[in-house]
Amino acid sequence: MSHHTPVAKRHGDGKAAVGNVGRPPVAWAVPGILFFAVFAIFPLVIAVYLSFCEWDGLDSPAFTGLDNWTRLFKDSEFGQAAWLSLLLTTISWVFQTPVALLLGVWAAGRQRSRALLSAIFFIPLLLSTTAIAMLFRALLDPNFGVIQTIGPWLGIDPGVMGSSTGALLVVAFVGGWQFMPFHTLIYQGGARQIPEVLYQAASIDGAGMVRQFFHITLPQLRHTITTSSVLMIVGSLTYFDTVLIMTKGGPGTDTTILPYLMYRTGFQTYDLGYAAAIATALVFVATSISLIMVRLSGFGSMRSTREGM
Amino acid sequence: MSIDTRPASPKQRATPGASRRGRPVRRRRSLGNPVAGIGSLIWLVIVLVPLYTLVSASLMRQDEALNGDPLAIPTDPTLDNYDFVLDSGFLALIGNTAIVAVATVAIVLVLSVPVAYVAVRTRSRLSSLAFRTFLLGVAIPAQAVIVPLYLIIGRMGLYDTLWAIILPTAAFAMPVAVLVLSGTMRDVSEEMYEAMSLDGASPVRMLWQLAVPLSRAGISTVAIFSALQAWNGFLFPLILTQSEEQRVLTLGLFNFMSQFGVNIPAVLAAIVLSVIPIFAVYLVARRALINGLMGVGGK
Repeated sequence: MSHHTPVAKRHGDGKAAVGNVGRPPVAWAVPGILFFAVFAIFPLVIAVYLSFCEWDGLDSPAFTGLDNWTRLFKDSEFGQAAWLSLLLTTISWVFQTPVALLLGVWAAGRQRSRALLSAIFFIPLLLSTTAIAMLFRALLDPNFGVIQTIGPWLGIDPGVMGSSTGALLVVAFVGGWQFMPFHTLIYQGGARQIPEVLYQAASIDGAGMVRQFFHITLPQLRHTITTSSVLMIVGSLTYFDTVLIMTKGGPGTDTTILPYLMYRTGFQTYDLGYAAAIATALVFVATSISLIMVRLSGFGSMRSTREGM
Repeated sequence: MSIDTRPASPKQRATPGASRRGRPVRRRRSLGNPVAGIGSLIWLVIVLVPLYTLVSASLMRQDEALNGDPLAIPTDPTLDNYDFVLDSGFLALIGNTAIVAVATVAIVLVLSVPVAYVAVRTRSRLSSLAFRTFLLGVAIPAQAVIVPLYLIIGRMGLYDTLWAIILPTAAFAMPVAVLVLSGTMRDVSEEMYEAMSLDGASPVRMLWQLAVPLSRAGISTVAIFSALQAWNGFLFPLILTQSEEQRVLTLGLFNFMSQFGVNIPAVLAAIVLSVIPIFAVYLVARRALINGLMGVGGK
C-alpha cells in the first residue's frame, strides 16, 4: 500500500528537530473531501442502488431487485451500444495515439515554427464540445457544408453522416480533432523529460534517428503513453455531447453508444432505474480499464509538475 | 528540467550551431522531424480549415452561404448574423455562464488548496488515502453519476437553479485541481517551512504566506482550467436545469441550432461569439494553461 504514497515517503524520515511543528491539521482537508464525496463519490454509490430500482423521476424509487440487470443482459440494444462504445474507443485510440505522439515529440523540440504551430493546435481545446459538434454538423451538412467541395476531393461521400460506419468514423474524428491537442501536450511534456544523455550516448554509438525513436523515445514515454491512453479511453467512452448534437444516435441506432443510450433511457423515456444500470455498467468498464492501467503505469506516483516546464 | 543560469561564455556564444546553453545543438531536436514536421503541417490544415470556415461563413449572407463555395472568402462580408444572434438573448446566456464560471472557480480554489496542502504536508494515512481518491476521481465520467445527481439536486431543492450546475461542475473540477496544486506545492522546499516554523509561524501563516504565494502558477492554472470546464460544460446544464432564465451558453447554442434551422451562418456566428471570451482569456493566460495541462499527464 505504502509504495503508492509519495506523501508518506517524502516525509518518512521524521526528523525530531521539526517533527509535527507547523504541519497543518488533517481536518483542513475535510470540507474539500466532503464536497467531492457528496457530488462525485456518493452519487456513484447511489447509482448502483438505483440500478436495483424502478424510478420514473417523480415518485420515490421503488426497489425491484435484479430486474434491471437481468433485462440489461438480455437487451440487444444494450449489447449493440456496448459494442459501438468499444469500437469507437478502439478507433479513437488507434487514430489519436500515433498522431499525438509524433506531434508531441516534434513539439518538444526547438524549431522556430513550433511555438506558433502549437498555439494554433491548441485552439480546438478552447471550444466547447457543443460548439465543435455544431460546427462539424454544419460543415458536414449535405446541403451547405464544405463536405460538398472537399469530400469528393478526399474521396469522402458528402452523405457520410447518413451511413452507419461513416457517422461513427465522423464522431471518432471530431473527438480526435477536439482532444488531439491535449494528448499532444501530454506527450510534449513527457518528451521534454527524457534525459539528454541517452540521445548523446546513442548518437555516439551511431544510432540513427529512427533507431533512437524506437529504442529511446518510445520506451521512455511508456508511462506517458499509459496516462494518455487512460484519459483517451475514458474520454471516448463518454463522447456524449458530440453524439447528441451530431447524430442523435443515428442513423437508426448506429451511433447509439452507451452514454447516449443511458441519456435516452433516463431522460427521454424516464426509465431512470434502468438508465442507472447502464451508467453503472459504463463506470464499471471505465474504472476497470483505468485501474488496470494505473497499476501498470504507476500513475499514482506523480512527481512535481514543475519539472516539465 | 533544471534551469541553467550560467551565462554562456563569449566563445560558446559565437560557435555556430551551439544552443543557448552552450552545448551542441541537441541531437534529438531534429529527431523524427521529417515525418513529424510534415505530419504537423497536415494536422495544421485539418485544424485550420474548419476554423476558417467557421469565421468566414459566419460573415456571409444566408443565400451566399447556401449557394456559393463555402471555402471562398465572403464577397460581401456582413455582421448581420452577429446582430441577429445578439438580439436573440445571447447576452443573458453570457451572464449566466459567467456567474457559473466565477462561482465554480471560487469553490474549487477554496476547497482544493487546503486538500492539496494537507496531502503534501502531512504524513497521515487519511490524507494519502484522500489524495488517491482524488486521483481516481479524474476517471469518473460525469455520465456515470448524472442519474443520482438528478435525484440529489432535486432533493436539495436546487433543480433548475444555477447552483445545480455550479456544485457538480466544481466537484468534477476538483481532482485535476488537487493534482496540479499538490504538484506545485511539493516544490516548496522543506527548509523554508523549517525556517518559518523556527520563527514560530502557525500552519495558517505557512499556507498563506509561503505555500500559496509560491504556488501561484498552479493556482492560476487551476482557476483557468475550472473556468474553462464551467464555460464549456453541457451535460449538467442539460439535465439539471430547464427554464430559459437558467440557460447557459452551451445549452443556448444547442437551442439556437434547432431554433434557427437552416440559418447556418447565424448558428456559426453564435459559436464564434461563444468562443470570444474564452479566447481572450487564452491570449492572456496561455502559458499557465499549457504548462498546467502538460503537467497533468507529463509524467
